[in-house]
Amino acid sequence: MKKYYLGIDLGSTTSKAIIIDEEDNIIGRGITNTRANYMVATEIARFEAIYNARFSILKMKLEKEIKSNPSYEKYIADIESAFQYLQFKHKMEKLYIKFKDTIETTFENEKKETIANIVDTIVNTIGPKIRTAYLFENLGKKNQFFRDIVSERYNAEIKKSDTDLFDPLMLVYDKSITSVENELTEFDFKELIFQSIELMDEKYAKLDEAYEADNSSIEFDTEINLLQGKHKKIYDSLKDHLEFVANMDIHITNMVGTGYGRALLPFPEKSIKSEILCHAFGAHAIFPNTRTVLDIGGQDTKAIQVDSHGLVTSFHMNDRCAAGCGRYLGYIADEFSISLNELGPLAIEAKKEVNICSTCTVFAGAEIRELLNVGEKRSDILAGLHRSIVMRAMSLLARSGGVKNEFTFTGGVARNQAVLKYVTELVYKNYGNDIIINIGSDSIFMGALGGAMFARRSMKN
Amino acid sequence: MSKEVAKEKSMIIQKEMIANLSLELSNVKKTGKKVVYTFVPGNISELIRAFDMLPVYPEINALQSAMRKKSEKFIRDAEKMGHSEDVCTYVKCDVGMMINGNVGSSGDVVPPPDLLLLSYTGCFTFMKWFETLKRSYPDVPVAMLHTPYQAGAEITPEMTEYMVKQLKDEVIPKMEKVSGNKYDEKKLKEILKNTSKTEELIMKIFDTTQNVPSPIDAYFAGVYYIGPINNGFRGTQEAVDYYEMLYKEILERVEKGLGPITPEGVMEEEKFRLVLEGPPNWTHFREFWKLFYDLGAVIVASSYTKVGGVYDNGFRVDPEKPLESLANYCMNCYTNLNLPQRVELLSNCITKYKADGFMVNSIKSCNSFSAGQLMIMRQLEEKLEIPVGFIESDLVDPRYFSYSNIKNRLESFFQMLEQRKLYSD
Repeated sequence: MKKYYLGIDLGSTTSKAIIIDEEDNIIGRGITNTRANYMVATEIARFEAIYNARFSILKMKLEKEIKSNPSYEKYIADIESAFQYLQFKHKMEKLYIKFKDTIETTFENEKKETIANIVDTIVNTIGPKIRTAYLFENLGKKNQFFRDIVSERYNAEIKKSDTDLFDPLMLVYDKSITSVENELTEFDFKELIFQSIELMDEKYAKLDEAYEADNSSIEFDTEINLLQGKHKKIYDSLKDHLEFVANMDIHITNMVGTGYGRALLPFPEKSIKSEILCHAFGAHAIFPNTRTVLDIGGQDTKAIQVDSHGLVTSFHMNDRCAAGCGRYLGYIADEFSISLNELGPLAIEAKKEVNICSTCTVFAGAEIRELLNVGEKRSDILAGLHRSIVMRAMSLLARSGGVKNEFTFTGGVARNQAVLKYVTELVYKNYGNDIIINIGSDSIFMGALGGAMFARRSMKN
Repeated sequence: MSKEVAKEKSMIIQKEMIANLSLELSNVKKTGKKVVYTFVPGNISELIRAFDMLPVYPEINALQSAMRKKSEKFIRDAEKMGHSEDVCTYVKCDVGMMINGNVGSSGDVVPPPDLLLLSYTGCFTFMKWFETLKRSYPDVPVAMLHTPYQAGAEITPEMTEYMVKQLKDEVIPKMEKVSGNKYDEKKLKEILKNTSKTEELIMKIFDTTQNVPSPIDAYFAGVYYIGPINNGFRGTQEAVDYYEMLYKEILERVEKGLGPITPEGVMEEEKFRLVLEGPPNWTHFREFWKLFYDLGAVIVASSYTKVGGVYDNGFRVDPEKPLESLANYCMNCYTNLNLPQRVELLSNCITKYKADGFMVNSIKSCNSFSAGQLMIMRQLEEKLEIPVGFIESDLVDPRYFSYSNIKNRLESFFQMLEQRKLYSD
């Protein structure tokens, strides 16, 4: 039997799970936002990584076929999207029930009814929109969490409806979301896969109709055209493989936990590793020439120096102040009433960077309001804020011994394009243009990857 | 770890010594003995003793207050008086203790000073500290003793001469006036003979960490070992007896191959040997120590235990040159060394005591230690290619001790050490 290894990184903001095989290849990724309950977050991330692993194994098994026939790849990607949608749908149904429950217990008489009606309308509007986003627009690939997917659209609908019930409607959402988020559901992979396939039939049937009606709301691209009219045939040739991965036992031989919540994991002591070591090890595995790692996570920033084996030689962390890490961005997003994902793109549009003097997250909030009052542009202020975070990271790097070639940037914040821009700019400026800067698409998973790699190695020793 | 904690004889003796001193201090009204406030780094207690006076060390009062969990209130009270958040917490704790009745660790009132002996060795805050005390005790004379910094990495004859001149012209006349006794050089020489013996013994004691396993923890237990010599007993027969006893006990441990004693018994497996730079945190001293011994880490040398005198490079007082000896002793204290000298001293410790790593405990409110620590760390890392670690806390302000942050860093540091050991084998 093949052996697999699991790494769990319980961060302060997100929980990540990575499954690797015996050659350190990543075959499964899972991520969720860490709310009050670390244990649930761990399980959600783990389940997701295992589902994802089944898809990866399927793709690995079909490597040859995929090469010769691109429609296979598209088809698998499609059912994976549908699979993610079905999980979402299940949660959404729960959330709807919870909404009703919250309305029932929070409001009285007429108000109750009015709010219930608005919420019904909202749910009926956003539900199909999200379905389309999953099935046709790759929403599942965007690594957004349930809460963010719903809240973005829920808020937009409230704004659109121009109701004076803004606060009660937000209250309904806030009171309902966490309990649904903290609810753990383990899906039967096989059952969900075959439901996904049914969804495919629907998707492509509709596609045919849409074609005929020339409905331009659905974007036709070459990829979709690939499957046009032949998805059933592809399904027939994939059926056995799908059965196989759905039934196979993904045997986790060993696991290692890391991150802030690691002490809460029911793992033996030797299976708990410091996130410093894990991040460095993971980053080094993806970029083997890494000598300096900068990890900007939710609640801390780490500057780590590693040797040629990926072993840590020294590290420095900020832990006195939040003004250099992810939570700062979260706070700023709240101040601007936008979502975390919108921060970076807005900052990138800036024409200049407004200088932010406050060294404290909370005071920066006051400074922002002041700057807005004097007419500074949101994007320029955001650019300044992003730059100030990176300046802090640079000073931490300097304290830890500077940037050595190559430099790898990891952590959730590495996904933010504006942060990336300033990291690149300031690393070049301070350490020369010869420094190679690595940022991988898996940067948020480095800690979990390092954990999984330690898990594999400790079985060998 | 064995749960049985044997109180060693030396520990009992030390407790008695310190209790007797505070008793003596609380009786000064009856005995008429004069009290001199002074500082640990460059504490020329021998001279105080030569005039039959008694020393009080405000830093020791502060750290004892912290260990008794009283420092937070004292600090807050001092802040209410206007002392800024950034002022050294030893100072604020001391000021707070004073305005709360100046009750010392034994529960007795610490008598007010008759003389403020301001020997500011490597720490300029000392000057401000005594300026503050001077305001509270306006009639008490201040004797200034300026210790020149070893900026050029050496003690020149001129520097010694400069200090001796201050002793002769400033310190001794004031001591004569306050105590009513004449300066008696013969007596000072006799006292210094004991100092010399003590210094020799202390060096031997801290050298026992060359053994594997180390029989002592040179930081967490080390701060107790330096207690008598830094807390009023330099040059006394009691100190010589204490250190002889302690050395004998440690040699017995070496013979039996025993590791250091911790508050929870003998440390059974020595996993990591560290050299530690910087003072300890006193408010959570036990928890801080536990974080190390729980993970099998023993400190084989520390700079903090050299704060009241550095004997590693062969310096010992010469009873035949009493004033010169006192001068050179002051100039030779750890925080009076320049940064390259500190790097060299620490580097020698790392090599001599076979340390696996180097760690800095950076103290928020201590400039004389904290300045240059990152540079020291980098240089040692480069020179010796050893793992280095950095944690932050404070002397006596509990608000700056973050248990989980320190634990997180220490765990990472020790796992890093472990991993490196694993891969280098």
